[in-house]
Amino acid sequence: MASLRMVLEKPWLWSFVGALVVWVATVAFTGGYGAGGMVTAALSLAVFTVIVGVGQMFVITLGPGNVDLSLPANIGLASAVAMKVMGGSDSMILVGLLAALACGAAIGAINYLLIWALRIPPIIATLSASFIIQSVDISYGRGLQIKPPPGFADFTNWQVLGIPVLAMLTVLFTIGAALALQRMIYGRSVLAIGQNIRAAWLAGVDVGRIRFLTYTLCGGLGGIDGALLAGYFRGANVDIGNEYLLASIAVVVIGGTSVAGGKANVPGVWGAGLFLVLLLTMLNTFGVSAGVRLVLTGLIIVGVITAAGGEKALR
Amino acid sequence: MTAIAPGTVPKSSPRGNAARARMLRSLLPALSLALVLMAIAWLNPRAISYFGFNLMLNLAIPIALATIAQMFVIAGNELDLSIGTFVGFVGCVTATWLRDAPLVGIVVLLGSIGVYALLGALIHLRNLPSIVVTLGMSFVWQGLAILILPKPGGKAPDWLLAILAFKPPYVPFPILAALLIAAAVHFGLMRTSYGVILRGSGGNAAALRRAGWSLLKTKIVLFALAGLFGVLSGMALIGITTSADANIGNGYTLLSVAGVILGGGEFVGGRVSPIGAVIGALTLALAASPLLTFMHIPPDWQVAANGAILIIVLAARVIISRRER
Repeated sequence: MASLRMVLEKPWLWSFVGALVVWVATVAFTGGYGAGGMVTAALSLAVFTVIVGVGQMFVITLGPGNVDLSLPANIGLASAVAMKVMGGSDSMILVGLLAALACGAAIGAINYLLIWALRIPPIIATLSASFIIQSVDISYGRGLQIKPPPGFADFTNWQVLGIPVLAMLTVLFTIGAALALQRMIYGRSVLAIGQNIRAAWLAGVDVGRIRFLTYTLCGGLGGIDGALLAGYFRGANVDIGNEYLLASIAVVVIGGTSVAGGKANVPGVWGAGLFLVLLLTMLNTFGVSAGVRLVLTGLIIVGVITAAGGEKALR
Repeated sequence: MTAIAPGTVPKSSPRGNAARARMLRSLLPALSLALVLMAIAWLNPRAISYFGFNLMLNLAIPIALATIAQMFVIAGNELDLSIGTFVGFVGCVTATWLRDAPLVGIVVLLGSIGVYALLGALIHLRNLPSIVVTLGMSFVWQGLAILILPKPGGKAPDWLLAILAFKPPYVPFPILAALLIAAAVHFGLMRTSYGVILRGSGGNAAALRRAGWSLLKTKIVLFALAGLFGVLSGMALIGITTSADANIGNGYTLLSVAGVILGGGEFVGGRVSPIGAVIGALTLALAASPLLTFMHIPPDWQVAANGAILIIVLAARVIISRRER
């Protein structure tokens, strides 16, 4: 009994329950048709949300006001950089991925530089940065070779027994992220800063360095995400990251991470990522129009946040 | 007396220096606008004319109104990431129902202000992060806009077109409108007693609550005002562009936040300035397109110009603030 209650109190549980409910509703609607395919598709799409969601989670955990609004622009630019470096040749895949990672990490580092040098709230810093990145992307991406090399496109779409390989790798990555968060000095420092930045500083945490690392990490994850997206959708474009602003913040909050900072939850990011993707699948299956789909997505997100309620912040 | 740290002892009279820095700081928005204007005048002197201003500041009125809307939300220590799609939604309503069935249009627009007020109540009562709630709402407004106007089109009501085509003598209409908006909001928020309460809800909520003011009410009023100015912004936008598109306002979310911050507003503490916000909006409107065009910079860099201005002004503010101390 006690253990059951402990499980029920886990904040990440509800995101998985939500995902399951949505899946069951859709399967009931189709009469069992495509139940497995839906899981496969949900897993392969959720991967992209989970990767940036984990980055955003670390940033949000730093405490009130910390959020990275430059992720969409970052993803767009990194996808173009990756495709440009790969140049359609399989031998350059790894170099292209590294280039995307470096591009994203550089953006993250610049974000923190702005926060630190101008002493402005991260929202404004990442916002100004995203304005500039967006323009760089538009001007850089024009007339670019945007097709991924065939090997990379196949890799990002590769499935074994109906499970996308990318999803398996992302599960490994999230396990690593969970360990880093709970068991490593870096993760504990992030949590400490989120709980009380002054106390953390007095306790000897190098606040500046940890915040710098976190923004750089988040940027780097955005960069990798951009490259993978371009591979999966077989092409890069400026708008490829647009939906990941809301998605990255939503999965963090729905997944049970505290928006007030200092309390993070990695499994919840997966549950919430699957929930959002399955929700879209469900609405598509029901055959609603684009307008209705947007309205319902928005209302459900507001509804979930309201139900979860909670401590203030992020702003 | 003990607050003065060694090493920062000012050379001349300390109080005068700080006051000068503070004044410089409050003049910063106006200075940046003047700088952009001078650059335009230098690059193309003919632009500085009645006709030129009408053309260059064409879209400044809706941007200024959206910025004021955002300013009310920021005054209460919140952030509205849905104002852009809301302006687009209002635009679609204006170009369809407000023309064809004015009564329905008016009811819908008033209802949408009511939704904003409810959001304020919800955010306060459930203690929700406004950034997430408004991000969710941005999808709702966008979806509604697409439902109302699936394809770009519609037409602005004639009376609205007539208002925005108004050509006053000597002073270009956008400038007159900006002055009017700034003066009206400045009076309401900075000079009335309830305006002080509204700003206080962002400055020190606990103190206001202990003094017996309802924080729920201040939040509702701030969000309702944001909704009202969002509606005005959407209507003004359609009055200028004459037809609507579901995505027409999308860029306004980020522009409005940038405008408030450029105008000297701060993110926390209820420190905002209506006059500054309008000036910030004008600066962004001028710098983004006319200045770049005159400098022969391709439109790709329009958004970057906004970001760069924001960073430059914030950097200038940091330098001035250092002297203030």
